[in-house]
Amino acid sequence: MSGRHFFGGVHPEYHKEMTAGKAIEAMPMPEKLIVHFAQNIGSMPTPLVKRGDQVKKGQVIAEASGFVSVPVHAPTSGKVEAVDMFPNPVGAETLAAVIAPDGEDAWAEGLNVEQDTDSMNGDQIKGLIRDAGLVGMGGATFPTHVKLSPPEGKYIDTLILNGAECEPYLTADHRLMLEHPAEILEGASFFARVLDVKRVIVAIEKNKPDAIEKMKKAVEVKEGYSVEALDVVYPQGAEKQLIFALTGRRVPAGGLPMDVNVLVQNVGTAFAAYEAVRFKRPLLERVVTVTGNGVAEPKNIRARIGTRFEDMIDRCGGLAEDTVKVISGGPMMGVAQYSLDAAVTKGTSGIVTLRKDEVVQFVSDPCIRCGRCVEACPMRLNPSALSIFIEMCHFEDAAEYHVTDCIECGSCAYVCPSQRPLVHHFRRAKAEIRKMSRKAG
Amino acid sequence: MVEEEKRKKKEDVGPRFLVSSSPHVHDRVRINKIMMLVVIALAPAALLSIYLFGLPAFKVIVISIASAVFFEWASRRLMKRSNTIGDYSAVVTGLLLALNLPSTAPWWLVVVGNLFAIVIAKQIYGGLGYNPFNPALVGRVVLLISFPVQMTAHWVMPSRWGTNAVTTATPLGKAKESLLSLGHIDVHLTRTDVVNLLIGNRAGCIGEVSVVLLLAGGLFLIYKRVISWHIPVAFIGTVWVMTDIFHMIDPTRYADPSFHVITGGLFLGAFFMATDYVTSPITHKGMIIFGVGCGVLTVIIRLFGAYPEGVSFAILLMNALTPLIDRATNPVVFGSRKKKAAG
Repeated sequence: MSGRHFFGGVHPEYHKEMTAGKAIEAMPMPEKLIVHFAQNIGSMPTPLVKRGDQVKKGQVIAEASGFVSVPVHAPTSGKVEAVDMFPNPVGAETLAAVIAPDGEDAWAEGLNVEQDTDSMNGDQIKGLIRDAGLVGMGGATFPTHVKLSPPEGKYIDTLILNGAECEPYLTADHRLMLEHPAEILEGASFFARVLDVKRVIVAIEKNKPDAIEKMKKAVEVKEGYSVEALDVVYPQGAEKQLIFALTGRRVPAGGLPMDVNVLVQNVGTAFAAYEAVRFKRPLLERVVTVTGNGVAEPKNIRARIGTRFEDMIDRCGGLAEDTVKVISGGPMMGVAQYSLDAAVTKGTSGIVTLRKDEVVQFVSDPCIRCGRCVEACPMRLNPSALSIFIEMCHFEDAAEYHVTDCIECGSCAYVCPSQRPLVHHFRRAKAEIRKMSRKAG
Repeated sequence: MVEEEKRKKKEDVGPRFLVSSSPHVHDRVRINKIMMLVVIALAPAALLSIYLFGLPAFKVIVISIASAVFFEWASRRLMKRSNTIGDYSAVVTGLLLALNLPSTAPWWLVVVGNLFAIVIAKQIYGGLGYNPFNPALVGRVVLLISFPVQMTAHWVMPSRWGTNAVTTATPLGKAKESLLSLGHIDVHLTRTDVVNLLIGNRAGCIGEVSVVLLLAGGLFLIYKRVISWHIPVAFIGTVWVMTDIFHMIDPTRYADPSFHVITGGLFLGAFFMATDYVTSPITHKGMIIFGVGCGVLTVIIRLFGAYPEGVSFAILLMNALTPLIDRATNPVVFGSRKKKAAG
């Protein structure tokens, strides 16, 4: 079943050895936490706290503002020092609460209590997952309970636990699978119960043989569960490519995995579901790989949501003098930071630091039509033609050439010998097309 | 106060970090590396030609590369655009044009050819990436039409260092001449002839003589993933199949396919000229259509045209069709499969 190869892809240098062998360590309580309210795709949760408020650990500080929205919780007990705009690792400045920990780390009432999960029905499980503020922790931050609610007429027959972790440098999921295999599977079993799914596949790239072995041992006691080893090719962990590699099913262009009866969840999300359902612990912390040659001692850190990047980097020995790029996420899809005041959110899988000689400064040349991007694109697009359309502001042509199907994996720009900022072009075109359709609609 | 502090902090770190769109890493294969690989792939054939044709061939190659780079530099400067000689595309163009000239070409012919190749065919359109036609081939065809005597009348057999240059015709030229004068072709390939054709001991353009080394260079480029196999295989395969059909119809008028494949500029054209990125289709499907088209046109020109050789014209004509081929063969996005039987 595995070994089926999706179209295209690239082989970047992985650099995972920097942190793959390092156990997850806990981040000590920082002096302040900057907790953003906008941490999920969809509508921004409504803030409930103001300056001066005392909060308990796990207390809701912003409530879901609709179906595609999840609450945000205080990662520890303490005092809200400010509610203001701060740099969000996805780029813009967004509203966040600054919490000064009181050192007690005291839980709010009713949380952190072991639950009787056997008696729960699907809706109760889903409710706990929503109340815990779960989102896709691979980086997409799509609310988990929405993925667990297929519309009438759709059904899911396969749950894929995504442990591919195809982004270079990152090892957070890898370490989680090594250190908490049983917890991940229990979390997955909650997803399976909600959707009444019998078949669960744990998908791991072959460059993590120890994780494959660990998970294989762990699934032995579980009926319907299996582990599949995937070829090492980027972007193997992209949802549509992953589904094709494992099941041969093609998610229709513009469609969702549920259109081919599949649900994909990141292993980190499964672990968070375990915490949420079994112990009623909201999503307050996550594993972040802090790595790259810009830090003295790369690490996998379990950090509270809201921990500033600067604190994370200091924990790893500080930044090297000639570090020119700090990326939230991996180097292929991550977001370059302009400030170390950016703070860990639910979707922060890593902080990658690059030094001067490792960074490509974009001096973009004209397209020479070499076709390397066409060969690399896992969505079978024509990045060459698209980028030329977009340079000339022909957004309708770009739409006709399916720019909206671009998954922004970066494979095209990675191989472009003219170093054209292709993904940047495509993001721009998508925004322009959204604008046009909004006007038209 | 807090605002000010924040702004100040931003200014402090602002210039420190580079902020750009993902991806943040690159495989470091740049245009100049690709162009250098093409030069390396052509080097064995070029060196053999210098060995075979001697000093005149060496002169043509040096003058050609030098004038190509000069015209690239000068025209960009005149147009107040960035200097692009560092991408080595002019080196490739100069080298390819030299390899498409007879070793007897006078220096001014080489310079004029490069003037057309670099300035007219490439820089006037905007430079590398924007030229619709293969620059080296434009240069060659301009010379072929404007200076037929210098381009086709003085073919010499390889004679080491040019001491006893024997004027002769190219194999394809001989075939065409005999067909026109005698009404049938006078081509009988002995085993020695075939060996001579393969290793390059024959009259012809500087770079087209050694099929073996051109093939080696082409395979090197395929191995290095600079080019894909689609265009060369489709091109050469089509020439083989078509000439085989004609040969079966009338062997007295049409030479056999092995003669057509290993003579002339087919290997040079198929591996190094037709595969030019800018002027050939971008998808594999398009490349096959392009290669087949080149093959068909080459055979038509060779068998029925006024010129004995048609590779250059065939590629240029197909260059003109490249945008149409690209449009027709744009890849089908993943997930938008054509209607399939239920299941």
